[in-house]
Amino acid sequence: MSIWEYANPKRFIAVSDRVVPWLSWLAAVLLVVGLGWGFFFVPRAENFEYSVKIIYVHVPSAMMAINIWVMMLVASLVWLIRRHHVSALAARAAAGVGLVMTVMALFTGAVWGQPMWGTWWAWDPRLTSFLILFLFYLGYLALWAAVEDPDAAADLTSVLCLVGSVFAVLSRYAVNFWNQGLHQGATLSLDAEENIADVYWFPLLVCLAGFVVLFLALVFVRTTTEIRLRRVAALQRREAMA
Amino acid sequence: MIALLRRDLMLAVRAGGGFGLGLAFFLIVVVLVPFGVGPETELLRRIAPGILWVAALLSALLTLDRIFALDWEDGSLALLATSPLPMEGVALVKAAAHWLTTGLPLTLAGPVLGVLLSLDPAVVPVLLASLAIGTPALSVIGAFGAAVTVGLRRGGLLLSLLVLPLYVPTLIFGAEAVRLSAEGQGAGTALLLLGGVTLGTCALLPFAAAAVLRINLRSSA
Amino acid sequence: MTGLGEYAAEILLAYVVSIALIVALVGMSWARARRAKRLLDEMEGPRE
Repeated sequence: MSIWEYANPKRFIAVSDRVVPWLSWLAAVLLVVGLGWGFFFVPRAENFEYSVKIIYVHVPSAMMAINIWVMMLVASLVWLIRRHHVSALAARAAAGVGLVMTVMALFTGAVWGQPMWGTWWAWDPRLTSFLILFLFYLGYLALWAAVEDPDAAADLTSVLCLVGSVFAVLSRYAVNFWNQGLHQGATLSLDAEENIADVYWFPLLVCLAGFVVLFLALVFVRTTTEIRLRRVAALQRREAMA
Repeated sequence: MIALLRRDLMLAVRAGGGFGLGLAFFLIVVVLVPFGVGPETELLRRIAPGILWVAALLSALLTLDRIFALDWEDGSLALLATSPLPMEGVALVKAAAHWLTTGLPLTLAGPVLGVLLSLDPAVVPVLLASLAIGTPALSVIGAFGAAVTVGLRRGGLLLSLLVLPLYVPTLIFGAEAVRLSAEGQGAGTALLLLGGVTLGTCALLPFAAAAVLRINLRSSA
Repeated sequence: MTGLGEYAAEILLAYVVSIALIVALVGMSWARARRAKRLLDEMEGPRE
C-alpha cells in the first residue's frame, strides 16, 4: 500500500471527526429555524395560497440534487487525475445523498403540482430532466455496488459520471426541444428581489443554507464510513492471506 | 481495423443469433403494442413513430452485451489490447460491427413494420432517415455501456440501467423527427440535431469506452 | 399563529415526507458510520 492510501485518509478522518459535530448542530439549527419559519410564519401568497410553503422543501432539495451531481463530477475528475482515494469515496458518499434529494424534489414537486396544475405529474422539461437525473443516480450507485475491485469501481464510476454529465446536459436540451412546460421559471436568479418578496426569500435562504450544511456533514460522515469499511476489507484480506 | 470488422461480421453471421434475434424482438414488440392499446387505426397511426423508435432502441439494447462479452471470455480482447490497433479503434470497430448487424437491419425493417401500425406512407422517408442517422449513436453508446459492464458476472440488467438514460437524447430527436413530419411540420431541425448527437457520440465515446476497457482489463489481470 | 388554508393536506404531506427522508438518510448514515467504526476498532484493537 502506498503512503497515499494510508496517510491521507487518516488525516481526512481526523478533520472529519473534528468538524462533523459542529456541522451537524449548525445544520440542525438552520433546518429547524428555516423549515419552522417556512411552515408556521409565512403569509399566504397571491397565486399559491398557502401552498407556497412547499417551496421550502422543494427548491432546496432540487438545487442540492443538481449541485451534488456537479460535486460528484469534480470529485471524479480529481480521482481520475490525482488518484486521490478520498475523492472517489466522497463521490460515492455524495451520490446517496443526491439520490434522496432527487426523490424529495420529485415528491414535493408532485404534491405541489396536484393543487397548482391539477396533476401529480406532467411531462414538463424540468420534471422530465429530474426523472432522468434520478435514473443517472441509480445507475451510478448500482455500478458502484456491482464492481468488486474497489479501484476499478472508482475508475468505472468516475468515467460513467463524466459521460453521464455530458448526456445529462444533452438530455436537458433535448427535453426542452421535445416539450414546452408548465413549470415557472427560476425564482432564484440574481434578480431574485424582483421575483420573490423578502418574506418568502429569507426563510428560503435559511433553508438553503441548512441543506448545504447538512449535505457537508453527511458527506463527511459517509466518506469516513467508506474509508473505514475499505480498511476493514483490506485487513480481512490480509488476515485471510496470513 | 478492416480485418477486425470482417472477423466480427463473420462471427455474427455464423453464430446466427445476431441479426435474427434483434429483428425478431423488434417485430414482436411492434406486434404486441396493438394488443396493449387496442386496434384503432387512428391511435396507432399517431403513436407509430414513438413505438417504432422505442422498439428499435430495445432491440439494439438486447444485443449490446454481445459486443465485448465473447471476446472478453476467450481472451481475444486482452490480445487485441496488445495489438498495434489502439483500444479506441477497437471500440469503434466493435460499435460499427454492432450497427451493421443490428442497426442497419432495424432501419430497413422499420418501414415494413410501420405498415402494421398504419404509419402514414408520406413519412416513411423521414423514418428511414431518422433510423439511419440515429441507430449508429445507439450502437456507440451501447458499446460504452457494454465496455463498462464487461467484467461483471451479471452485467445484463446493470447494462440496461446504465445505457437507457444515455439513450434519451437520441430517442427524443429521432422520434420527434418522425412525429413532426407526420404532423406536416418540417423534420429538418430534429434530423440535424440527431445527426449532431450521432457525430458527437461517434467522436467522443470510443475514447471513454477504450478507457473503461483498459480499466477492466487491468483489474482482471 | 398559522393557517394552512385549503392546501393543508398537501403542505403537511410534503413536509412530513421530506423530514422523514432527511431523518432516514441521517439515521442510515449514522448507523453505518458506527458499524464501520466498531468493526475497524475490533480489528485494529488487538494490534495497538
